Amino acid sequence: MSKVHVQTTINGEAVEYLCEPQQSFLDVLREDLLKQGTKEGCATGDCGACSVLLDGRLVCACLMLGVEAEGRTLTTIEGIASDDGLHPIQQKFLEHAALQCGICTPGFIVATKALLDKNPNPDETTIRYWLAGNLCRCTGYDKIVRAVQAAAEELAQEA
Amino acid sequence: MAEAVDYKYIGTSPVRPDGVDKVTGRAQFAADQNMPNTLYGKILRSPHAHANIKSVDVSKALAMEGVYAAVSGADFPGGARGKVGGEGGGDIGDVARNIMARDKALYHGHAVAAVAATSLTIADAALAMIDVEYETLAPVLDVVAAMAADSPLLDATNFTKNLPETPDKPSNIASVTVLTRGNVDEGFEQADVTVEGEYHIPMAHQGYIEPHACTATVNEEGKATVWCSTQGHFEFRSMTSKILDWKVGDLKFIPAEIGGGFGGKTTVYLEPVAVLLSKLAGRPVKMMMSREEVFRATGPTSGSVCRVKVGAKKDGTITAAKAWLAYEAGAFAGAPIGPGAMAIFAPYVLENFHVEAHDVLVNKPKVAAYRAPGAPQSMHAMEIALDDIAREIGMDPLDLRLKNAASEGTRAPYGPKFPAIGFKECLEAAKAHPNYTAPVPEGAGRGVAAGFWFNIGMQSSAEVRINEDGTVIIMEGNPDIGGSRASMCLMAAETLGVDYERVKAYIGDTESTGFCNVTGGSRTTFATGMAVVQACEDIIAQCKARAAATWGVDEDQVEWEDGQAIPAPGVNADVTPMSLADVMASAHKTGGPLLGRASLNASGAGASFSVNFVDLMVDKETGKVDVLAFTAIQDAGTAIHPAYVEGQMQGGAAQGLGWALNEEYIYDADGVMENAGFLDYRVPVASDLPMIDCQIIEVPNPRHPYGVRGVGETPIVAPLAAAANAVRAATGVRINDLPLSPPNILAAIDSD
Repeated sequence: MSKVHVQTTINGEAVEYLCEPQQSFLDVLREDLLKQGTKEGCATGDCGACSVLLDGRLVCACLMLGVEAEGRTLTTIEGIASDDGLHPIQQKFLEHAALQCGICTPGFIVATKALLDKNPNPDETTIRYWLAGNLCRCTGYDKIVRAVQAAAEELAQEA
Repeated sequence: MAEAVDYKYIGTSPVRPDGVDKVTGRAQFAADQNMPNTLYGKILRSPHAHANIKSVDVSKALAMEGVYAAVSGADFPGGARGKVGGEGGGDIGDVARNIMARDKALYHGHAVAAVAATSLTIADAALAMIDVEYETLAPVLDVVAAMAADSPLLDATNFTKNLPETPDKPSNIASVTVLTRGNVDEGFEQADVTVEGEYHIPMAHQGYIEPHACTATVNEEGKATVWCSTQGHFEFRSMTSKILDWKVGDLKFIPAEIGGGFGGKTTVYLEPVAVLLSKLAGRPVKMMMSREEVFRATGPTSGSVCRVKVGAKKDGTITAAKAWLAYEAGAFAGAPIGPGAMAIFAPYVLENFHVEAHDVLVNKPKVAAYRAPGAPQSMHAMEIALDDIAREIGMDPLDLRLKNAASEGTRAPYGPKFPAIGFKECLEAAKAHPNYTAPVPEGAGRGVAAGFWFNIGMQSSAEVRINEDGTVIIMEGNPDIGGSRASMCLMAAETLGVDYERVKAYIGDTESTGFCNVTGGSRTTFATGMAVVQACEDIIAQCKARAAATWGVDEDQVEWEDGQAIPAPGVNADVTPMSLADVMASAHKTGGPLLGRASLNASGAGASFSVNFVDLMVDKETGKVDVLAFTAIQDAGTAIHPAYVEGQMQGGAAQGLGWALNEEYIYDADGVMENAGFLDYRVPVASDLPMIDCQIIEVPNPRHPYGVRGVGETPIVAPLAAAANAVRAATGVRINDLPLSPPNILAAIDSD
């Protein structure tokens, strides 16, 4: 099976790759581009561990084909921190002990970024429903929700 | 109770040392390992729940371009038998047959062959080319039916163990455990009320978000290196060595960061297969399970049937209790019936009890440890029975438990007398808790239950090294599954008297640190923590000796305070205190670098008790349950890092609520799991839960230098019955079975 040539932008950087037509974007990211901060938990769009931003919109990389990245702009967990250091969302996840094993954490942080970009001041219910596509088996979500609330406050003060 | 101690670092909740790498995507989990020239390994799984395997032919797969190795059961040595160490390991021969079937496929999804190929696509295509001839057999799926004399047998050589006399016929009952004290018949005669029930709970999965994964590479010398997701790399090495009949010294296991385990990553599935494929292919082999494989072929916990009868006087005194437990082992012996039987009555003072527990083979995946293995199932039954007694005699459920609560000196049902424990303290805290004194919201129900877990000690090693600037390196061997590096650093900082920021903790591989049993049994902060503290004390002793030699005084004239060696009070020495950095600066004159070490077999693990209560609302039209509030109260002994102790309590509450309300393995008549994905096996999501309020009780464990009990497992126990009792309160209908899912609740309401 011949591979398809794809040109795309990931975390502000022009990237090109060859992928199989049926290969998921998650598979390309992890196994070919070695951007492995994006995790696979289910490969069926049910767990959110592979959350990435596609032109700013939250998607599961496992539900997207590698070829669908052509001409698009993607952000992965590797693109959340800046040269100045951690993003406030990352900092608040640390301070609030909002991770235990850490496998779901990149997905939660990307999903939180998408939420706060869209709604800088979400209430608890909004946070819980927005993050309902991201599974965490360790924390019971309490400290994650608190970290998101704290990050929203921090970002509001910075703005 | 021991007096509260003022610690400087212990009891604070700093950012964990491995945190930054985990919020930026840098942390290396097992599937993140990549080496040049790596092949992908995949497993072919049985489409039948029960079948004789007549033949397996991998030749067509091997002939494909891009396929470099293919194996089936015949390629594995056969002989290994004997107990596996650690938690929930079972017999090594069973583990060997579980990871690759030999003459029989014992569950749908049982591994029957494997390939290694240059891409995942080719590997999948190669699996389709493997010919397996099956002779299908009737699947055994119901635990009670499996026990019947006329049931089809999974293993015709299985004769029930632990019976007074060895039976003359084989059966599906692998073993029986009996625990008894006093005279239950007399006890029930003294009772004013008795309650009795049969309680069913289906299999549930640990549901860690990271699927099992590993990469193995075997070099030309026959030495293997394996990166994997494990709760215990030393035990994975041991199991792999026995299964493949390789020397332990030829296997090096490197633990990756682990994406959740909850007991389910205490046993091997992929690793021996990957090693064998790599040896045959001469290239590294990477294997990653799909979520579906995780559900079908890795450790759920036992489904169970529990029959319980409890008698009590009008004043609440329990006079007798009796339990009959049947736990599904899955395809091989090893259901957690021992802990299930020992835990069921453990929170209470009981003169008369009898428990009989059965480990039963069924054509389902071989169970693995899951957080307090065996206790949630049996204690669900007991805690419901107590709720019913409280209602019958008109007593507050917390008061009923207080009336019977075990305390220091109570002889546990499993033998020893409890040392200082915190069950009564948890109950008193619950009674006084504002969430409990507040009225139950209109239309809602409130349920109470207690939880318990033994906790374990076992073997641990630790080294503490001091850098030339006085910073501290801890090296130990327990994969950090929920922040344990932070706990180790806090205990080291406290012991040495240096800042937390100056201490780092590393998890060594099997060749860079001493043996540690699994991260399991809530033992890591207790046992490995104890080793870290002792290794720090070793450093202090060496520093004192060197300071004494430097100052020309006796060793007993030197003390250690605030991270420095100082002259003892009254010692007349005009000297400058020596910090760790000072000792290192003169190390070339005083005996070389500072290296502290400790290894131990920890005894004295302290039991951890809990009390949970939950307010929930039941929609009587749809059967849906909304959890309004959840309060978890637990004795941690000493909370080294309170935020991560709360994390254990909250995570366990969520898992327990998931098990109570939704999670279950659903099988069709052929023994095929019908919901092998996160869409249909529904674990709690953020919108299903409220904040989970925690209150940490601290009754220090007298057998740990800082009072640690271990907290990881107890939290999952109480939510099952707490939720069931709350549904009873909300609906007036007692539902004995889990899950309390909409269809089950509707059916119960309709038939009431």
